[in-house]
Amino acid sequence: MKRLNIEQLLGLDKFAVDDDEAHIIVDKAICSRCEPKPCTFACPAGLYTVKDGEVSFDYAGCLECGTCRVVCPHAGIAIRWKYPRGGFGISFRWG
Amino acid sequence: MAEDKFSTIIVGAGPAGSTSAYILAKEGLDVLLIERGTAPGSKNMFGGRMYSHALNRIIPNFWEEAPVERPVVREIITFLNGGKSVSLNCQDVSWAQPPYHSFTLLRAEFDAWLASKAEEAGAILAANIRVDELLMENGKVVGIRAGEDEMLADVVIAADGVNSILAQQAGLSKLFSARQVATGVKEIIEVPEETISRRFQVEGNHGAVQLFVGECTKGLQGGGFLYTNKNSVSLGLVISTAALARCRIKMSEALEEFKESPHIAPLIEGGKVVEYSAHLVPEAGLGMTPQLFGDGIVVAGDAAGFVLNLGYIVRGMDFAIASGAAAARTVIEADARKDFSRQRLSQYRDFLKESFVLRDLEAYRAAPQFMENERLFNEYPKLATELVSRLFTVDGTPPVHVLAKVLEQIKKQGISVFRLAMDSWKGAKNL
Repeated sequence: MKRLNIEQLLGLDKFAVDDDEAHIIVDKAICSRCEPKPCTFACPAGLYTVKDGEVSFDYAGCLECGTCRVVCPHAGIAIRWKYPRGGFGISFRWG
Repeated sequence: MAEDKFSTIIVGAGPAGSTSAYILAKEGLDVLLIERGTAPGSKNMFGGRMYSHALNRIIPNFWEEAPVERPVVREIITFLNGGKSVSLNCQDVSWAQPPYHSFTLLRAEFDAWLASKAEEAGAILAANIRVDELLMENGKVVGIRAGEDEMLADVVIAADGVNSILAQQAGLSKLFSARQVATGVKEIIEVPEETISRRFQVEGNHGAVQLFVGECTKGLQGGGFLYTNKNSVSLGLVISTAALARCRIKMSEALEEFKESPHIAPLIEGGKVVEYSAHLVPEAGLGMTPQLFGDGIVVAGDAAGFVLNLGYIVRGMDFAIASGAAAARTVIEADARKDFSRQRLSQYRDFLKESFVLRDLEAYRAAPQFMENERLFNEYPKLATELVSRLFTVDGTPPVHVLAKVLEQIKKQGISVFRLAMDSWKGAKNL
């Protein structure tokens, strides 16, 4: 079976993206000082990426698992974590 | 205002919440069941199997109407090491006779069905609503706020899943640590029905479950799983979130690699991936159980950390259902006395003990700590595979008896015999 990259995997899923509200907000100032940046590889959707030393996050493909929230060394400060508003976000068709 | 007051507001229409709602509505209480997804189940994923006993007590013969996939008759545990694997393979066809031991299932469909049972019983289901916070009055939970809307209730059941924001807000739990949870990822891979039955050597609609230990998690605490659905397999990996953060492993890549291994590739050949999902698994057992009740609030299911992973058995849904039932019983008793105080709701703990939830979690209290031993995921799968593969090898080299082979391999891997004996003893005692 052909290997799928994360974009292809997420492309299979059904999302209703909330254009008006990001449910996860990262504090780039804190994140730029964070040495290990565990979110950048622990997120199963690969949504945390580093560009020019700055962490950027794309909430659109979020699987809403909560891994980033718990691996963050600055838990509760650097990542403001909520679920998407009702009806938005991932909709598993099988689950 | 008065019409907005419910007897019970349940947050989360997963197995715990919907079970509570079903029982309370049948009892004639005003129940509001709130779900943040577009439909119950749309936010939920798990490995793939539910043990039947809990739901069968609440909805007898549920399998006659519930959307289940296959009754599991074959259990396989496989140790992996490169191109080698060793499996323990057990079939018991009596598991496919009523009261069916366990079923594979898919949550989007199953959870929606269970919530519909609650609705039929009279509960009001409100989907598409994210509960933002609990409403508190003099330290007591009196309802919830969702956006602009406030809704009041005598009692709130927090069945809002592993990340339970509500239990944390109520001060009943703290944010867990990465050591206490595992991250699970899963792909649904469509494979024709008869092909699945043939590949897993099961008759007709019977199902198989295969758990994998060893290289699939790069030797980290966790494992692989494969559950056969009717015409798809649920294939995934679970790795301790702390180990994941430490070792810089990407789960999606590890899963893709696992799919290519000679142990998996033939099982899913020709299949089509149709969904990728991820979820946290509360794994620390009683080590992460929140305070289960407070003034006007009870916590159930994953939100209460009710999961048990023994390596060869993984249970969550049966605990969720039984804890939802225990929460409902607690509320019924409280409602009869119109007393929703912490003291009255403490009966929840008794009901959880009477059911199997706390009894089982207490019996396996030491299991989560035992499972943190990385030798179980590294050295021992290697030992088992190397040894058994040698046992079956004929290549003209001089004969070596089994005992000598065992000792040689142990020595070669630099395993301490004493440690191995201790680990075996602890495993047998605690699992």
